Amino acid sequence: MSTLQTSLKVPVEDTSIAARWQQLQTNRNYQAFWFMLPTAAFLLLFLAYPLVLGIWMGFTDERIGRPGIFIGLENYQWLWDDSVFWLSVFNTLLYTIVASVIKFAVGLYLALLLNRHMPFKAMIRALVLLPFIVPTVLSAIAFWWIYDSQFSIISWSLIKLGVISSNINFLGDSNWARASVIFANIWRGVPFVAITLLAGLQTVSPSLYEAATLDGATSWQRFRYITYPLLTPIIAVVMTFSVLFTFTDFQLIWALTRGGPVNATHLMATLSYQRGILSGRLGEGAAIATAMIPFLLAAIAISWYGMQRRKWQQGSDND
Amino acid sequence: MTKFTPDRRSVLKGGAAAAAAIAAMSSEQLLGYAKAWAQNAQWKPEAGAKINLLRWKRFVEAEDVAFMKMIDAFQKATGVQVTVSNESYDDIQPKASVAANTGQGLDMVWGLYSLPHLFPEKCRDVTDVANYLGKKYGGWAPSASPYGMRGDKWIGIPVACTGALLNYRISSMEKAGFKEFPKDTAGFLELCKALNKNGTPAGMALGHASGDANTWLHWALWTHNGYLVDKNNKVIINSPETAKALEYVKQLYDVFIPGTASWNDSSNNKAFLAGQLHCTVNGISIYVTAQKENKAMADDINHAYMPIGPAGKPTELHLPFTMLIFTFTKYPEACKALTAFMLEAEQFNPWVAAAQGYLSHFLLAYDTNPIWTEDPKRTPFRDVAKRTLTPGGLGPLGENAAAAISDFVVVDMFANYCTGREDLKGAMASAERAAKRIYR
Repeated sequence: MSTLQTSLKVPVEDTSIAARWQQLQTNRNYQAFWFMLPTAAFLLLFLAYPLVLGIWMGFTDERIGRPGIFIGLENYQWLWDDSVFWLSVFNTLLYTIVASVIKFAVGLYLALLLNRHMPFKAMIRALVLLPFIVPTVLSAIAFWWIYDSQFSIISWSLIKLGVISSNINFLGDSNWARASVIFANIWRGVPFVAITLLAGLQTVSPSLYEAATLDGATSWQRFRYITYPLLTPIIAVVMTFSVLFTFTDFQLIWALTRGGPVNATHLMATLSYQRGILSGRLGEGAAIATAMIPFLLAAIAISWYGMQRRKWQQGSDND
Repeated sequence: MTKFTPDRRSVLKGGAAAAAAIAAMSSEQLLGYAKAWAQNAQWKPEAGAKINLLRWKRFVEAEDVAFMKMIDAFQKATGVQVTVSNESYDDIQPKASVAANTGQGLDMVWGLYSLPHLFPEKCRDVTDVANYLGKKYGGWAPSASPYGMRGDKWIGIPVACTGALLNYRISSMEKAGFKEFPKDTAGFLELCKALNKNGTPAGMALGHASGDANTWLHWALWTHNGYLVDKNNKVIINSPETAKALEYVKQLYDVFIPGTASWNDSSNNKAFLAGQLHCTVNGISIYVTAQKENKAMADDINHAYMPIGPAGKPTELHLPFTMLIFTFTKYPEACKALTAFMLEAEQFNPWVAAAQGYLSHFLLAYDTNPIWTEDPKRTPFRDVAKRTLTPGGLGPLGENAAAAISDFVVVDMFANYCTGREDLKGAMASAERAAKRIYR
């Protein structure tokens, strides 16, 4: 009996690779590994690889059609005292912050309105989604006409009404151009915020409001102490997405201004494209794109650690 | 490089061929000709060849129709399958760049400016095609070799060129007190001031418009003897000459129609055709559209060469369209055959006629095409390939010059100063810094 036991043990230790393989194939604890493998491969191939490649390219002087050599931080040193780059960082932050705040405010207000009972509720809710459904480039072209320096409908109407005497230089003046692209972005982004928050609002149990009303709570108190706390997780998710989408916006700017006038609306994404693809310096374009990563990580960190401190994150339902 | 001095005989030959082709051939004739051509051509397409060709999206419809007719004849005569896709000016380059970088998707690109020089290693040597055409059709215009050649090899064939010249309303010019269009920069400024006073303003793009902004602003810089780099690629943009050019353009900008800083390539066409803009720098497309849609306006439009400043000689920048063949194509002979076929008189003359002045030639024998003289308003556009400099300015046209023009270094310098974002010194210093980075 004892001899049998030893003779069994020895081969297990000796051919450990074969045994591990055996274990992987049969052990139930490793089943999850097999189920995750396709997804992991997918993520590695389509997310991690391009990301790492992009970061690596930022350290080279690669040009289109020609491999680059490693040049360390030269691209970043150059960007550090490049006024156009810093202008694009400023523009991106301005664009993201202003647009996100307004999108949140308007979106929340719209969601609260849509949550009420009113005639044609379903139809109105569907209509609100319209700006979000229209392809970005189409809406950008519509805005391009609205903002045109000679044929703007807004300028035309105001002139006919006698409010102004000459066309507004929507996309030709730095400040007007910034305001115009931010407005277009808000118009596009509000439905996403509104509809998602509306979904969140519908999960709030009406009995809570009934109880609060019986206790004599005002409508502001009901919002502040019932709606808002219960909506926080949704707000965190929606705003994280909204900030990320706005920060990395490209199509709208490209179709409207191409970063003009005089780079006043160049975002980091558009500058990266202009330098990397249009003028062929992939390394520098990649460096600009990589420079966006810290900002994006910061935005994610703020929303997760700032807005989701609550214990519900750990499975408890109370602070 | 072989020198092609146009001898009388080849010019005559080209002229005769042009005359023969004037009455545009019917498609059967074209096919018959194409078959005969394919028999004798020095390039024999590979069996079962399939070519993916990317070209810029047409501005003149008839040109596109003639182009496709030509492609069709080539397909039928040679059995080569040609797939043509179109992209707008601004999207050609990214698409071509991606193809160059990944080594697939396209075999040939018919793009603009200095496209082959952006990735010269990926362009097939087409010296044999260039030599064949040059010998047959009276030699190449002087700008063809910088656009098409790198070192002593041709990496692209400059097929045609579109002019960026002054488009103006004759009545507005006369009302402003000018009998003929001013030929010098001082007179031109006076004209623009007077046009503005009469409420019939001029205007040129200062936005990121690849064609419209780059062409006229490079002219403005060069005609004041300012250049981005010298002939050894040393950056010399920060100079008193550049300052003069900036001052000059600022004075123009102040009397332009409002909004030019946001203009893209189509803005001036729209404003001109709507009767709001009375003088601009553009191709002949405004005139062509007006002829079709607004005959009265077309009668009032004329064209002029860019005025001449302190440089004392023409310093224009026009838009060449160069055909490149990628090194990774599986069918190089078919690609070369197609390029040569396009430029034969029997195809080229009717095609250029269909473009109504939008396309001009690099091969000197084609000067005799009657399209340029039957309507004198088109004549200035005949010579654009002979007059154009390259985006390199004094320096060679290479990767760096191609990068500088794509990154709008010169355009941004002018726009920075004109819109008041930077002062004179600051605008020049920024451009110098950007240029040094590119030309390091």
